[in-house]
Amino acid sequence: MIKIEQLYKRFGKNKVLKGVDLDITSKGIFAILGPNGSGKTTLIKAILGMVIPDKGKLLVEDVSIKRNWKYRDQIDYLPQIANFPANLTVKELISMIKDLRNRPGEDKKLISLFKLEPFLSKKLSHLSGGTKQKVNLVLTLMFDSPIIILDEPTSGLDPIALIHLKELIAVEKAKGKIILITSHIMSFVEEVADEIVFLLEGKVYFKGNIDALKTQTKESNFERAIANLLTYEDA
Amino acid sequence: MLKILKYSFFDLIRSRWSYVYLLFYLLLGCVLLFLNNDLSKAVITLMNIIITLVPLIGTIFGVMYYYNSKEFTELLLAQPVKRSSIFIGQYLGVALSLSMSLIIGLGIPFALYGLFQSNEIWDFLLLLVTGAFLTLIFTALAFNIALYNENKIKGFSYAILLWLFMAVIYDGLFLMSLILLESYPLDTLSIGTTMFNPIDLSRILILLKLDISALLGYTGAVFQKFFGTGFGLVLSISVLSLWVILPVLNIYRKSRKKDF
Repeated sequence: MIKIEQLYKRFGKNKVLKGVDLDITSKGIFAILGPNGSGKTTLIKAILGMVIPDKGKLLVEDVSIKRNWKYRDQIDYLPQIANFPANLTVKELISMIKDLRNRPGEDKKLISLFKLEPFLSKKLSHLSGGTKQKVNLVLTLMFDSPIIILDEPTSGLDPIALIHLKELIAVEKAKGKIILITSHIMSFVEEVADEIVFLLEGKVYFKGNIDALKTQTKESNFERAIANLLTYEDA
Repeated sequence: MLKILKYSFFDLIRSRWSYVYLLFYLLLGCVLLFLNNDLSKAVITLMNIIITLVPLIGTIFGVMYYYNSKEFTELLLAQPVKRSSIFIGQYLGVALSLSMSLIIGLGIPFALYGLFQSNEIWDFLLLLVTGAFLTLIFTALAFNIALYNENKIKGFSYAILLWLFMAVIYDGLFLMSLILLESYPLDTLSIGTTMFNPIDLSRILILLKLDISALLGYTGAVFQKFFGTGFGLVLSISVLSLWVILPVLNIYRKSRKKDF
């Protein structure tokens, strides 16, 4: 579980998070949505301890993450842009992450699922964007951690890989995990998400399931409901 | 931390630049020894090259490695690894691989030449030790610069300025101050100022070991009196160590507070 209380973060003059309160206690898939620059990635990076908040509390599995790094063993994180060290091959990267985590991973299954075998001994700098994203997915999902954070998991994936991704997410959900997803593809969000967390100007503007969102905005279409949240604020 | 060190080290060992650096020293050592035929002179020439080149390569490599491995760092930051061990591990990876290039690159030609039978072995060892110290110092300073500057161009400029200041400008200022204050006794001042620049400190250490301090005139005598003693040697080695420890501590401190 993740508990966030009054989280503030500014980068210079730019206030990104302005008092985020978020409680994720139940299992399931949570979609973190919001317009560009609303603080989605900053929030995720704060949970991971990559961004250090100015103020506020952040607990993962009831432990404060301040000055703590062991809790990251509970989290699998898929970064937004799959930039990897260029000198390594795919195989080396996978074994390196396994070594760093000190855990065996289910990489074989995922590699054959995404048909990555021909790329295993290629250098990461020679891979296409979509293949990199597949490697990224293998690295993230090969461990069995209670919390999964996926930042734009669909980017660059072909339709078959996308189907596999959705299946994988469903399998992980069935294991009773907390899964956080950010995405700009609304149809994907509508299909997989149990709950929506909508960030606007550094605060949680809406939290609830898709039906609640539709009722609140009086829209029957999910994409329009999200758009409605945005225009409502602008008006 | 050891794991990070291992990966950074092997990553670097496989890169082309490590080999270029190694080959450069191999070539330099061979040329100096086999065309010169005078071991003592070869050591002096080497000193002059090492003392300016090692800091330059250390700073540039340090800054370059930090910026180049940004993605790697971000990947590591999301793993259950302590922040400070990521950065200290990477730093040691760079510094150790550079020192290794230096030691192997110069060691092989000297060993072939039959250094182990000569009396100059201690001079040569001191040369390698100061070279390793300078690598550790300037790579640490470079990592500090890179940690404080997100902008690559700025980081590189500061790194080069640092080198220029330490290797060239500092000496100029030092000389000017000696000329301006010539009517005062300057022994303590000049020894003190030397301590604040690791390049000068290494140079003087080696020069004194080579017994050519007579070239330095009165100052040389003062230095000889100070550094020639066991106390002077211990002090200069500790000052060099301090030059390593303080920047490394700052890497530790800064890396804990930085956002990625």
